[in-house]
Amino acid sequence: MANSHSNHPAHLQHHFVSSEQQFDAAKMGMWLFLVTEILLFSGMFVAYVVYRTWHPEVFLLSSELLNPFMGGLNTLVLLASSFTVALGIHYAQKDNKKGLVINLVLTFLFALTFLVVKYFEYTAKFEHGIFPGAAFDPHGVSHGVDYAMYNVPYAKQFFSIYFVMTGIHGFHVLVGMGLFTWITIRAVKGEFSSEYYTPVENCGLYWHLVDIIWIFLFPLLYLM
Amino acid sequence: MGDKGSIWLPDAMSTFANEVDALFWFVFWTSTVLFIAVVAAKVYFMLRYKRTDETSVPEPVHESKLLEAAWIVVPTILVLFVFIWGFDVYLKMNTDPTDAYQISVMGKQWAWEFEYAEGVTAFSEMYVPVGRPVKLMMNSQDVLHSFFIPAFRVKMDVIPNRYTSLWFEATEPGEYQIFCTEYCGTTHSGMLAKVVAVSEEDFAAWIAEQSQDLPPEQLGEQLFAQCAACHAVDGSAKIGPALNGRFGTDRKLADGSTVTFDENYIRQSILDPASQVAEGYQPIMPAGYSSMSAKQIDGLVAYIKALQ
Amino acid sequence: MSDSASSSINYLNNDKSIKSWLFTLDHKRIGIMYLIAVSLAFLAGGILALLVRVELMAPGETIMSADAYNQAFTLHAVLMIFTFIIPAVPAVMGNFVLPIQLGAKDVAFPRLNLASFYIYLLGACIALGALVVGRVDGGWTFYTPYSTSVGDGVLFITTGVFVMGFSSILTGLNFIVTVHKMRAPGLTWNRLPLFIWSIYATSIVQVLATPVIGITMLLLFLEKFLHIGIFDPALGGDPVLFQHFFWFYSHPAVYIMILPAFGIISDLMGTFSRHQVSGYKFVALSSVAIAFLGFLVWGHHMFVSGQSAVSSVIFSLITYLIGIPTGVKVINWVSTMYKGSVQLKTPMIYAISFLFTFSIGGFTGIMLGVLAIDIHLHDTYFVVAHFHYVMMGGNVIAALGGLHYWWPKMTGKMYNETLGKIAAALVFIGFNLTFFPQFIMGAQGMPRRYYDYLPEFQSYHLWSTYGSWVLGAGLFLILFYLIASLKSGKKAGLNPWGALTLEWTHTTTPPNPHNFEETPIVKRGAYDYHLAKELFASGGEVSEVVTSGK
Repeated sequence: MANSHSNHPAHLQHHFVSSEQQFDAAKMGMWLFLVTEILLFSGMFVAYVVYRTWHPEVFLLSSELLNPFMGGLNTLVLLASSFTVALGIHYAQKDNKKGLVINLVLTFLFALTFLVVKYFEYTAKFEHGIFPGAAFDPHGVSHGVDYAMYNVPYAKQFFSIYFVMTGIHGFHVLVGMGLFTWITIRAVKGEFSSEYYTPVENCGLYWHLVDIIWIFLFPLLYLM
Repeated sequence: MGDKGSIWLPDAMSTFANEVDALFWFVFWTSTVLFIAVVAAKVYFMLRYKRTDETSVPEPVHESKLLEAAWIVVPTILVLFVFIWGFDVYLKMNTDPTDAYQISVMGKQWAWEFEYAEGVTAFSEMYVPVGRPVKLMMNSQDVLHSFFIPAFRVKMDVIPNRYTSLWFEATEPGEYQIFCTEYCGTTHSGMLAKVVAVSEEDFAAWIAEQSQDLPPEQLGEQLFAQCAACHAVDGSAKIGPALNGRFGTDRKLADGSTVTFDENYIRQSILDPASQVAEGYQPIMPAGYSSMSAKQIDGLVAYIKALQ
Repeated sequence: MSDSASSSINYLNNDKSIKSWLFTLDHKRIGIMYLIAVSLAFLAGGILALLVRVELMAPGETIMSADAYNQAFTLHAVLMIFTFIIPAVPAVMGNFVLPIQLGAKDVAFPRLNLASFYIYLLGACIALGALVVGRVDGGWTFYTPYSTSVGDGVLFITTGVFVMGFSSILTGLNFIVTVHKMRAPGLTWNRLPLFIWSIYATSIVQVLATPVIGITMLLLFLEKFLHIGIFDPALGGDPVLFQHFFWFYSHPAVYIMILPAFGIISDLMGTFSRHQVSGYKFVALSSVAIAFLGFLVWGHHMFVSGQSAVSSVIFSLITYLIGIPTGVKVINWVSTMYKGSVQLKTPMIYAISFLFTFSIGGFTGIMLGVLAIDIHLHDTYFVVAHFHYVMMGGNVIAALGGLHYWWPKMTGKMYNETLGKIAAALVFIGFNLTFFPQFIMGAQGMPRRYYDYLPEFQSYHLWSTYGSWVLGAGLFLILFYLIASLKSGKKAGLNPWGALTLEWTHTTTPPNPHNFEETPIVKRGAYDYHLAKELFASGGEVSEVVTSGK
């Protein structure tokens, strides 16, 4: 049995017959995982839709407190990162290690930028007592906006949904940064080539999903 | 007229109870016949085709398309029939007559409170007139409850912040059990009450009697019905301590201190149950009773004071 | 041949160190570890069930206080559903059998598989942590606002369920990919054993439904922890919304529990009738159809919850549509025996019991689906009896059949057949005695989750409690002789039941570490006995195992 393994490439796990089978399996697994992610977020989207339908005026009012400039900036940042990760996969397929590494690092930096912007957004909210849950108590005035005016029934629900959705999305961004650190290290070590770049491809798929979810979150929460 | 119950179903005492039962029996007997057929076929095949020769390998059976179609089509027709029938009865149960007499029902841990349009409030016994549709508008003060009268075949969840309703028309005078069927905490199984169905005249008399101002002690006795799930008056321990023969005595509290069981202690225990918990008991009494009026609390105090 | 098989290296003896078990990537060993874990969960849940039954022997306090009782039934349900029945068949038998039946060396992602096991353990431990911090109350359904108003135990349970959900998702994902990508040459979809089809359908439900309970549990956690006001009416939330979220997962979860049982019964019926399973394509595809339809009927748990009458009517109708394929399956299993060659070994006794108990569960399900009748029966013991007939009379009895069927392959030992049959009879009698009286008292109006009850219900409760003792005796007997078989059981042959699926025909007993020495090439369907007559000609051991010289 040992003989039959000797001509296998290093990345091929023993229980697969061929690299192709392994690649197909990994890709299919990844797509299924993305489906579960969409379902996870869909639960929150349902909560959003239900409460928006019940209290549309409160949702309109409350969304005024979100900063569409910051949200828009983050949208651009994520779109750019989706582009760099796609470029990274392209370079992996072309055996261009340098291009791959540069693009992975760029993606990582974009993700970091996203979280930094998010940090400033959150702290601006917290300063005025906008917290998820029981601590919700808008107060204070800044840029001519009197926050106390936004303390209406069900505004709490809007911000709870806002914090839960963007919080879980932010957690996904954080996980993505971990993943990119890991595959960047592997890429530097030269583990990827046009023969084998499954992890790069799968991380890319994951990142596109994180991006797509934000593209739904942004208009629903900030603009509508 | 109400029908006597059977081993399967309790007495049918509302106008649509018999219709529900007819449907029940149809599904019951159809299922029984089909079930016996399946079991009989199973036992017959099991014995008839028992393996006798270890080397035998039976040929596959040519599957009959007609038979296969039959056992898809026949059950489909059966269930659609049952669905339409069930839909019809459900519609009747869901469409309350416009002239229904309305009673407000409040569910709270762990008692039912019935409020009549005439300003009468009752606990533990809900008087209704026979032969007149009655509609219940229900709401909960704390958690989910569910209002169930088996003899009338009606049930509906009782929800905080939202009204739900059900209706029925009792067919015969009598007392019928009310259960709470949505789990609501420690004394969920003690959240019982009775429907008392009486003739129109008796109902009017009852309302008139209830509308009078009661002396405090009698008012207290009536109100105490909502306490009875947890507090006994015969000295036995339930979820909470018994309340008879306590007045004027010194009681030990859970925190080790001692307090005199007087008017103030009773008042305090109703308004803020967690503040002075009797030794050996959990602080689980709901705070919802603090919404009682001063007059009601006075009544309860008078009643408990008089308990021997 | 059996001599050479028993002396060769197998998955159990190739490395006996503890470390080799804890870090194993072998699907068979992971399956065995799951078997031990879920058996412990079943034992704990079962002891709680016995205590609950003893408490209910008489109205009022029998052996425990109301609070203790409420926690006991809650914990019984949580343990049985989330730590036992959901992982039981897919994670134990699916793990052990599925890759071998497919002719694969392992599942597609062995590391993920081991991770699922530890995630499951972690989740179970977190859930049990609730016991330490106190009050676990409110039933397994966690209806708000009660669940958010009682002790911190609920925080642990919801976190535990959330974590175990990932285990379930990853197992399902692993199996779907394995079935798609790892089938042996010649093993077409039409030749797959029905066990695979049903695990495949189960996996679809696991992958699609579990994320929703994940987010529901997370929101419930935040509701309790931060009071976000989504479900709690006191803060402006909606408790009925929680019920929709909860049942959107928990109804499909019923199919996570029952579909694998369908697979086991199909395999048992085929093998012990030595016959093509009647309506193979129907049985296979209807499992997948049920997996999808199962997402459209959650509202039938909520006919009296305050949802709109129109939705109730629609949910009722779809409930019937899903009932029909299930009913047809029962007919298919029965007719598999027709003109077959039926051998009544212990696993087959369970399959026969299943047809009885599951049919009762099915018919009473139809009854509960009728809107007008459900209003009367909802939240009574009738419902309790119904779901025990489906969960225990369906899943557990089938799982016991499967365990007895694959036990020789897993351990290499035969159990005592006479004790096996006695235990099967005890389980069958005890089960029916326990739960049938509950139908009657439920129809009479006895509500569920009642610590105390009216005296007129006592005789039914007494019978039910006596039944639980018979059932318990049967289950302990099984535990006893299975453990005894490990020490003193007869050596199992390669294929003691004369089955045609790959785990019996193409690997050793117990299987070797990589399942097959050479990838099998499949030439016939899983139940094509008539194409394999020559294998049975001698009347003895049936096997096509290719054993090399070593």
